Amino acid sequence: MNANKNTLASWTWMALAFAFLYVPMFLLIVYSFNENRLVTVWSGFSTKWYGELFKDRQMLTAALMSLKLAFVTATTAVIIGTMAAVVMTRMGRFRGKTFFSALITAPLVMPEVITGLSLLLLFVALEQAFGWPEGRGFTTLWIAHTTFSAAFTTVVVSSRLREMDQSIEEAAQDLGAPPWKVFFVITLPIIAPALVSGWLLAFTLSLDDLVISSFVSGPGSTTLPMVVFSSVRLGVSPKINALASIIILIVTLAITIAGVLMYRLEKKREREMEQAVAEGQQQALSTSP
Amino acid sequence: MAAVEKPANPATAKPKTDEHYVKIEKVSKVFGDFTAVDNVELSIRKGEIFALLGSSGCGKSTLLRMLAGFEKPTEGRITIDGQDMAKVPSYQRPTNMMFQSYALFPHMTVADNVAFGLKQDGLPKDQIQARVEEMLKLVDMSPYAKRKPHQLSGGQKQRVALARSLSKRPKLLLLDEPMGALDKKLRERMQLELVDIIEKVGVTCVMVTHDQEEAMTMASRIGIMSKGKILQVGAPATVYETPNCRFSAEFIGSINMFEGKLIVDEPDHCEIETADLPTRIYINHGITGEQGQTLWAAVRPEKIDVSKSKPAQETNVSRGKVINIAYFGSHSVYHVRLDSGKKILANASNFERDVSERPTWDDEVYVSWAPESVVVLPI
Amino acid sequence: MSKPSVLKRLKPQPRWFVIGAPYLWMFLFFFIPFAIVFVISFMKPAIAMPPVAFEYDLAGNIELLTKNYTRLFDLDDLLYINAYLGSLKMAAVSTILALLIGYPLAYAIARAPGAWRQVFLMLVILPSWTSLLIRIYAWIGLLKNNGFINNFLMWTGLTDSPIQMMQTDFAVYIGIVYAYLPFMVLPIYTNLVKHDPTLLEAAADLGANRFTAFWKITVPLSMNGVIAGCMLVFIPAVGEFVIPEILGGPDQLMIGKVLWQEFFNNRDWPVASAVAITMLLVLILPITIFQRIQNKELEEGK
Repeated sequence: MNANKNTLASWTWMALAFAFLYVPMFLLIVYSFNENRLVTVWSGFSTKWYGELFKDRQMLTAALMSLKLAFVTATTAVIIGTMAAVVMTRMGRFRGKTFFSALITAPLVMPEVITGLSLLLLFVALEQAFGWPEGRGFTTLWIAHTTFSAAFTTVVVSSRLREMDQSIEEAAQDLGAPPWKVFFVITLPIIAPALVSGWLLAFTLSLDDLVISSFVSGPGSTTLPMVVFSSVRLGVSPKINALASIIILIVTLAITIAGVLMYRLEKKREREMEQAVAEGQQQALSTSP
Repeated sequence: MAAVEKPANPATAKPKTDEHYVKIEKVSKVFGDFTAVDNVELSIRKGEIFALLGSSGCGKSTLLRMLAGFEKPTEGRITIDGQDMAKVPSYQRPTNMMFQSYALFPHMTVADNVAFGLKQDGLPKDQIQARVEEMLKLVDMSPYAKRKPHQLSGGQKQRVALARSLSKRPKLLLLDEPMGALDKKLRERMQLELVDIIEKVGVTCVMVTHDQEEAMTMASRIGIMSKGKILQVGAPATVYETPNCRFSAEFIGSINMFEGKLIVDEPDHCEIETADLPTRIYINHGITGEQGQTLWAAVRPEKIDVSKSKPAQETNVSRGKVINIAYFGSHSVYHVRLDSGKKILANASNFERDVSERPTWDDEVYVSWAPESVVVLPI
Repeated sequence: MSKPSVLKRLKPQPRWFVIGAPYLWMFLFFFIPFAIVFVISFMKPAIAMPPVAFEYDLAGNIELLTKNYTRLFDLDDLLYINAYLGSLKMAAVSTILALLIGYPLAYAIARAPGAWRQVFLMLVILPSWTSLLIRIYAWIGLLKNNGFINNFLMWTGLTDSPIQMMQTDFAVYIGIVYAYLPFMVLPIYTNLVKHDPTLLEAAADLGANRFTAFWKITVPLSMNGVIAGCMLVFIPAVGEFVIPEILGGPDQLMIGKVLWQEFFNNRDWPVASAVAITMLLVLILPITIFQRIQNKELEEGK
């Protein structure tokens, strides 16, 4: 939408909005280096809170737990989400499709307290009836996280599947590849970027989840957000600032690197395409290809 | 529905006659309450290039997709070289398609694209490589074997798509709007090249297009489609000079239509009286029709002579005024309003370089044509 | 209508597996749980595991079964009703604020030069990839009585005594807008960026000034994106727990908090279930609107 350039007012608004988004995070980082424990009175530069953070056994265990959980969740969420996306975009009409579509997209907007409560009640009922799952722990967390993340991965993958030129799949089939082969050899490589971003999205969602985790976790399976939450309830602590800064740093680094890589790839591709077009024009003018 | 035919066993099958290499029998395709293809009967000869011509929505693409196996006919049967395609899915059919968007696999090189179909057949590596080289040489793309699709121009992509679709030596080659994505100059050159390659390979080909010039240039036979039905099938010249209905006549090129009544109906000639002309229309052959019947007499613009002096003939002539001229360099199209008020088109090739000799705007002229130039069409 | 694609030709088994696996998963772990919540909402708390039991006499007295629901709508104790209304109000106000901030932002990004658009979009999304909990925590430091903002105001002399911002409605609004802004911006941006620029040129050519062109052309065309964005903010905001818990106080009665307290503090699973079901019923309408818009976007995309 380049009809009009942005006005000064537009740019100002953008600047203000970004300030709104980023100033709190910036302050968080600044005060993680504050000497004293009052998070708003600066008394000197110090990295001691980072030290304290790494000595906090409870936090480290919870962090490890959350990372493991996020990794496993992201992987299952992508698998389920990709299957669901294929169903939604490639399988035509079938009985029960509207219900399926509602099931797979509802978690996108469902308040987490409802999802959390309902999942816990399910696990309790299952335990009563079948003896599984035994108590709440990693398994229940994994199931719960996968369930709500899958809605997001479905959206990401299905939007890529929709954009893709379906005649490529038809061409593969026309050349003799049965449908399952078409999917794994042709479709999957083409939608791979969507699978990666879906994985990352699910990873982040799982890592950050508090409410649902609180409902379905058990003794010995405390996640990092849960630890942070109980700490925050007791009052602010620069240790949390330190943790926050580390997280922000990692995410920023990861996104910047990914962004730069993608930009470089795009540029290379564009150059190659321009070359090809120029070549083509030259050939059209000459007599032989 | 015909009884289930056993798939042709290469050892014992008798090849069907080459006249019906591809048989489309009473094929219909219905989507909900929309009939895309309506009871089509068609036979394709072995080795010919057949064009399905029609505007968008006429059903030609649906018919093509049914040949490829991407759509299942609601009714009817499709047979290729004697084998009923009813239970045969697209990946097992002896057909290969060149898609309008070329559909090259973006993550594979040109060579891998062409090799893909051969890999599906499980051929040994050296055979595949030999064949890929052969195909790339056929389309003049050998130096580009290691490139990826995004590094190719439109014309180059088309060649690769063609090589890929011919690599498996299909019994039937399907082309979906083959020139759709190319610009005019490239299109004209590629039309002839494509035909050369297809004829060299000798493969039977069905193509779909909305461009009548493309169909006329490339195909040995044309089938005109409208609203799911096939209106006329024939060689380009036949379809052009002897259309069987008004739609066919008007779809290809331009044509002038005179509505009139059959006044004289003899075995060797007939005459039509029309309000559009001061004289009768005289046709030098007999037609099937009843005396007094209303019908169309059609004359192509290039058959009409425009001159400032009155011609000698007593039929097939009228006076008129030039109201517009469309100049095409090689020829001009005169828009003439006849004395009766009817507007017609008449082509004249610009044989002389001196423009002053030709009729110009507002000139009074006489238009005339020969008796054999008239085609009679039913109302 | 969509072309049933190559994968539809799958033999019965693979096709059914591909449809069945995610279907089964979501049915078992998303739908069934709701059914269970529904059933439990009719029970009563008990000293047992699970801490619920049915209570009814042989006459099948309906009153006992629906005891939880009647409690919710008890006109003597307006706690629950106030909580519902409070949540709806909170969510609605936050949504409007998010829209007022987010639409111009999306518009500005959509009109930025090509390469920059991606950068700006990344900048909007980046915060949501970092922990929400931590970002809300950041606002504590800003909004406290001796927090950054108050210190700054007093230091510049604009105020004498700290302004109470924590534990007010205001804090919760800021928190929700802060957390959900990217969800508002993204659908609106995606919509705006697809607009045909020549439409505005045509409007200008016909004599409309920029303001008129914006209201009469851009805004109506962007409605799908606006509604999607509003639903993506409103619906989850109604049931928000973390933000009112951290930034709000006991006066901020929100239904998410109530559910949490009933469940964790009072150990009253049945009432918590009843609260959840009622919340769901309240949200059915917006959820349906959201899914309708999703489907409309898909149809138009074809």
